[in-house]
Amino acid sequence: MLEGTTAEIRERKALRINPAKTCQPIGAMYAALGINKCMPHSHGSQGCCAYHRSQLTRHHKDPVVATTSSFTEGASVFGGMANLKTALSNIFNIYEPDIVAVHTTCLSEVIGDDIPMIIKKSAEDGIIPEGKVVIHTNTPSFAGSHVTGFSNQCAAFVKYLAESSGETKNVLNIFPGWVEPADMREMKRLAEMVGVEYIMAPDTSDVLDSPHDGKYHMYPDGGTTVAQLKAMGDSFLTLALGPLASTAAATELEKKCKVPNKVLELPIGVKATDEFVNALRLAGDTAVPADLEKERGRLVDMISDMSQYLHNLKIAIFGDPDHLTSMVSFLVEMGAKPMIVITGTPGKKWEAKMKEICSETNPEAEILAFSDIHYMHQWIKNNPVDLIMGNTYGKYVARTEKLPYVRFGFPILDRVGHRAFPSVGYTGGMRILEKITDALFDQRDREDPDHEVELVL
Amino acid sequence: MSDAINKAPMGPHGPDAATAREEMLKIYPKKTQRKRGKQMLVNEDPATPAEIGANSRTVPGIITQRGCSYAGCKGVVIGPIYDILHITHGPIGCGWYSWLSRRNITKIRAEGETNYLQYSMSTDMQEDHIVFGGEKQLATAIQEAYDEFHPKAISVYATCPVGLIGDDIHTVCRTMKEKLGINIFGFSCEGYKGVSQSAGHHIANNGVFKHMIGLDDTPVEAKYKINILGEYNIGGDAWEIDRVLQLCGIHIIGTLSGGVSYGEICNCHMADLNVVMCHRSINYMAEMMEEKFGIPWFKVNFIGIEGTKKSLRKIAQYFGDKELIDRVEEVIAAEMAEVKPVLDDIRTRTFGKTAALFVGGSRAHHYQDLFEDMDMQVIAAGYEFAHRDDYEGRDVLPHIKIDADSRNIEELEVTADETRFDAAKPEKKKALEESGFTFSDYEGMMRQMAKDTLVIDDISHHEMEKLIEMYHPDVIGSGIKDKYVIEKMGVPCKQLHSYDYGGPYAGFKGAVNFFKDIDRMTSTKVWKLARAPWHTDGSEPAEKEATPASA
Repeated sequence: MLEGTTAEIRERKALRINPAKTCQPIGAMYAALGINKCMPHSHGSQGCCAYHRSQLTRHHKDPVVATTSSFTEGASVFGGMANLKTALSNIFNIYEPDIVAVHTTCLSEVIGDDIPMIIKKSAEDGIIPEGKVVIHTNTPSFAGSHVTGFSNQCAAFVKYLAESSGETKNVLNIFPGWVEPADMREMKRLAEMVGVEYIMAPDTSDVLDSPHDGKYHMYPDGGTTVAQLKAMGDSFLTLALGPLASTAAATELEKKCKVPNKVLELPIGVKATDEFVNALRLAGDTAVPADLEKERGRLVDMISDMSQYLHNLKIAIFGDPDHLTSMVSFLVEMGAKPMIVITGTPGKKWEAKMKEICSETNPEAEILAFSDIHYMHQWIKNNPVDLIMGNTYGKYVARTEKLPYVRFGFPILDRVGHRAFPSVGYTGGMRILEKITDALFDQRDREDPDHEVELVL
Repeated sequence: MSDAINKAPMGPHGPDAATAREEMLKIYPKKTQRKRGKQMLVNEDPATPAEIGANSRTVPGIITQRGCSYAGCKGVVIGPIYDILHITHGPIGCGWYSWLSRRNITKIRAEGETNYLQYSMSTDMQEDHIVFGGEKQLATAIQEAYDEFHPKAISVYATCPVGLIGDDIHTVCRTMKEKLGINIFGFSCEGYKGVSQSAGHHIANNGVFKHMIGLDDTPVEAKYKINILGEYNIGGDAWEIDRVLQLCGIHIIGTLSGGVSYGEICNCHMADLNVVMCHRSINYMAEMMEEKFGIPWFKVNFIGIEGTKKSLRKIAQYFGDKELIDRVEEVIAAEMAEVKPVLDDIRTRTFGKTAALFVGGSRAHHYQDLFEDMDMQVIAAGYEFAHRDDYEGRDVLPHIKIDADSRNIEELEVTADETRFDAAKPEKKKALEESGFTFSDYEGMMRQMAKDTLVIDDISHHEMEKLIEMYHPDVIGSGIKDKYVIEKMGVPCKQLHSYDYGGPYAGFKGAVNFFKDIDRMTSTKVWKLARAPWHTDGSEPAEKEATPASA
């Protein structure tokens, strides 16, 4: 397993080894799937669309439909206008979505296709039926990462659709950031518990965790409707969760419809969830219900019960910036020691923020953006840790180093829980805590010498 | 197919194939209808298959199964070679998506080697590389990969933007090859080339032939030496084929390219014979090796009991030694003693059940053998990226018009090797042909399919939905993108790219695995749970509220 990985770290300027990120378009596709009756459309070679659909399907274990402009060499030379127009005609005739969300690929970016112009032409030529919408976002694969693509798609929802009627409504906008359908469901439950009327966009719950009823629904019940996206311009406030994923959309909405916003970290762990709940409370001018206080209390109780195992626990973690900010904060709350924190997404500011977060338990923590899993692995060989956390790809590192592993982030291709159980909110915190301690205890139960096996832990 | 089954060609449910075809095409705009119509046929006369519009452009906007040239080249053909260090030249996505996702399982041959398939390496191109060119980045990446891992060989794959900005990956590879003294070569497999993965297979074949085949003339000490071409070791298929052939006393030098090593590929021109599993992805290599070295080839199929037996017997007949012919019969008899009781039991449940297969460039054909073994009926089938010859047989090859998309893929000029062409082989081939033995043969999928079944090339999402609505097959073989669409409709889907992470399905032991899996899937009661008990009176599930709870 990973035989070629040695402890000797060499500086690399050009070679990425075992990336902790992927490209923009998959993020745009995921965000577009959170819109009701929306067809995500990949403007480029069909391989991009096939790869994104495959990987999202493996992660969600649910149908992921999307269309492609199926570029050939001719389209790459002469431009993709004819392909996109044909595609739109077929999509509206065959699949009848309310909205098509076009995102670009490195191919169409390099040839410089002018998507707004093509959409305009398609409308003029009667390809877009009355009442239907086509929007677009630029998602060049050679900038940012999959999270940037998600962010760009969210901003495009606002750019194209949000409207201000002049009358502010008592409704709160929530941009949930790139989280699981189960997390979006949990955020909505929290908002409902606190008693706030909201619009969440995008919302992949009931789309990518759709129930089995014996039928196939190309457009499941879930997802933010076009009408809701329009109405976001009349809300009194926006909560943007996850700065990298959601700030662009919130800023756009402020610019376009003068809806003020508050950017928060993803509500993972005690403090970040407190911030979210508190923001909901202030927005709704209401009180936090006793039941929610009890959920919080149960999480704090569980942390205190387990703190002997968590204190100074040395953790290596990789993933996406927003996920890491909140998860590492949570680890620090639990008393654990983040040793190395890696993301593939570029971001100097994020590095500084993480440094600050880690300093509470480990001022020496190694924090790197625009890095990779191979580097993390080599670093671990030099600086032993107790536990690794990250997406499915990290399991090879954990196996090589014989360390317990907790899956977290995107993608998770070999477990089923992430689709059903949230990581956000107080209950999500309990799940994360359970997974961490299970991983540690399972290893002890399996590998400790007989005389050290404990019944009670 | 067993004589006992004599049912309607499309199974017990639904209309005849022609009506179904009309129904599927109905919704399409005119131009799309015309195009898709050519890719959907009723198999009216299996003996003389009709012309199918295969290997043509995908209609934009259609939800297609197909991927790209890069996926076919890096993902399928070269990707499985474990001891080559693979570098994707491009933005991060392509290298990431093709990282371990195709189940290229392998075993390292010796202590100290590295299995590079567990790594994803890429130049992670950023905007400035797109603007100013990425050749320097690639050269540096190759140097860094060499310094870090010291591989035997490095292979470079171009992605879409690389071709557009005009990076000359081949010159970079040549320069670095001279500098580092190891074999380094590139593949111009940009995703926009061709109309599907198939273009990538061809590009890969050319590269393997140019840069690896024939590099090592070390003699191989074995009586019967063959290569298996077009076998990718999904789920361990190649290992099961190897096990059976070893029992027979037949030695495989190289399996292209499942579980194979770089050295085995370099040495595989020392074989007496090439046998071809996946005709689509590797027929180019079989042809080129014959032209250069004189090694004849014929088609085999180790998927399915009958197919495996037939293939083993044909290989034995090629060598013509009584000892080998007898040994093959002994192996078949011993293996069948284990297979038969399982199959006899399972057949009582699978008899007469229906299947549809939409996958790949050979599997939609090969797997029909396994369903026939189980007395199941294949009502519809089609490939994702095959050409006309894979449907209609190689006799149509002279009649296939080369279109602009195929013309862009290089055809190598191959001539007989001055010193290594073995003239005895073509002579032997000629003699055998005179006695009725067939070489360079593939009769295609349609000849094997029953009369009046449906043949659908690159089935679209809409057509798949319609097919299930009309026929509700007992099982469908397809891929990950379709799997959960199909299963939401209460039909089990066996992924025939990844085998749903099971397998092997090849050879005798593999067939037993497949029979058990299909038996489980077609007997499952899980779909019955879809309906809550309070709806068993026939009422529909309660309508969900039209609008979400809030706003």
